[in-house]
Amino acid sequence: MEGNKTNSRRGFLNVLLGGTLATFFGMVIYPVIRLMEPPKLPEADISSVAVGKITDLKPDQSKLFKFGRQPGLLIRTSEGEFKAFIATCTHLDCTVQYRSDMKIIWCACHNGQYDLNGLNVAGPPPRPLTPLEVHIKDDAIFVSPKA
Amino acid sequence: MRGLINWLAERYQIDQLLSFAKKKDVPIHKEFVWYYFGGIALFLFIIQVFTGILLLLYYKPGADTAFESVQFIVTKVKYGWLIRSIHSWSANLMVLAAFIHMFSNLFARTYRKPRELTWISGMFLFFLSMGFGFSGYLLPWNELAFFATKVGTDIAGAVPIIGEYMLVFLRGGQDVTGGTLSRFFGFHVAVLPGIFTLFLAAHLAIIQFQGMSTPLHLEGKIKRKMPFFPNFMLRDLVVWIGVLNVVALLAVFFPWELGVKADAFQAAPAGIKPEWYFMFMFQTLKFLPAEVFFIEGELVGIGGFSLAGILVVLLPFIDRKSSRGIKHPLVTILGVLAVLFIIAMTIVGYTIE
Repeated sequence: MEGNKTNSRRGFLNVLLGGTLATFFGMVIYPVIRLMEPPKLPEADISSVAVGKITDLKPDQSKLFKFGRQPGLLIRTSEGEFKAFIATCTHLDCTVQYRSDMKIIWCACHNGQYDLNGLNVAGPPPRPLTPLEVHIKDDAIFVSPKA
Repeated sequence: MRGLINWLAERYQIDQLLSFAKKKDVPIHKEFVWYYFGGIALFLFIIQVFTGILLLLYYKPGADTAFESVQFIVTKVKYGWLIRSIHSWSANLMVLAAFIHMFSNLFARTYRKPRELTWISGMFLFFLSMGFGFSGYLLPWNELAFFATKVGTDIAGAVPIIGEYMLVFLRGGQDVTGGTLSRFFGFHVAVLPGIFTLFLAAHLAIIQFQGMSTPLHLEGKIKRKMPFFPNFMLRDLVVWIGVLNVVALLAVFFPWELGVKADAFQAAPAGIKPEWYFMFMFQTLKFLPAEVFFIEGELVGIGGFSLAGILVVLLPFIDRKSSRGIKHPLVTILGVLAVLFIIAMTIVGYTIE
């Protein structure tokens, strides 16, 4: 009887102590975990980016440009048509390039290949490239997200 | 010297420490040579600590300063080129020594009872070494490292459920930026060394308590033993001097390249490569098609390597026969296949475009 009493008292104290410790631990660890998660920086919605003049690119040439925080790829095909994509390979995030010798968009990291419509045609990429819209005003080239 | 020892012995129980140090014996047999590789990895780790601290005197993390500071170290700082080159070479040789140490123990089944925890702590040290390599590779902030880090962290991001969190945690955001560099720097010089030291202390303490192991197939055939302290330790030291010479020769005659500064808005250059010990995994990912049985090829690769890693860590509990003195041929076969696969894929990675 006496023993039970102390046991339950001790048990109660243990629960109280354990609970306090757990709460305390939680209070310490929570801000630590939250700190490790980088804050989301506000991202300006990109409506349109000026990429240069038509005369900058001859047919069969390409250039990389900044599209917000991502790289964009502008290609002038041999027929003279302009095409633009987000230049991030859908496989493992490398930056792709235009290969005029093969008439494809190529990723050097794992030999991923896309055709000039951004379709993944060979190698490991699982999805097509994200296409962008090209507008030409006078002789200036503007690129914007596809609606 | 004797006076100092006596002075200490009067105050502390030095004799106990000495007898603990002398407790360990090294069995003498025809496969004796493999005992050296753990010590070699340890010695190379010590070199890493010293050269790493020296590099810290001049290195400046940050997207605008990292490349320039390493350039400064290798061109302006006296012997900076040497220390940096030794740090890189020694890191690579350390991983190589760890590979050899691991596989020699695997084939000898030394992970069997009662040394399960020695094996597991060793495997953790091995993974931590790879973490050191991966985080350290980015620090010079050159083009190859930048894209290798993009690929490596993107692979982590492909893991189901926790992938996205891991990617953001590793990169310090959605992209590889100066923020990633800060994090990797912190991991490389503070977090990993701290954890590594704990595991290393445990690994060495367990070995000291239990003594050196004997390969399974030689058990019961050991006729002679050699005290670890001082006999084997002196042999270790001779080997270490040899290793130091090799490191110095490599560092002087094949100085580590710095490459071109990273630029987030340049196309990935042809021939981007991870460190050689990641090459076999990188190359395997290259060979996997976009889809394998309706699962993304990448995921199949990551899943396969993760599963293999877990199985190897748990090997002492999977291969229970070894504890009963039976050498299961499957372990040897899979081990040989793994070695061949790693070597073949590494060679392919360096030779095929």
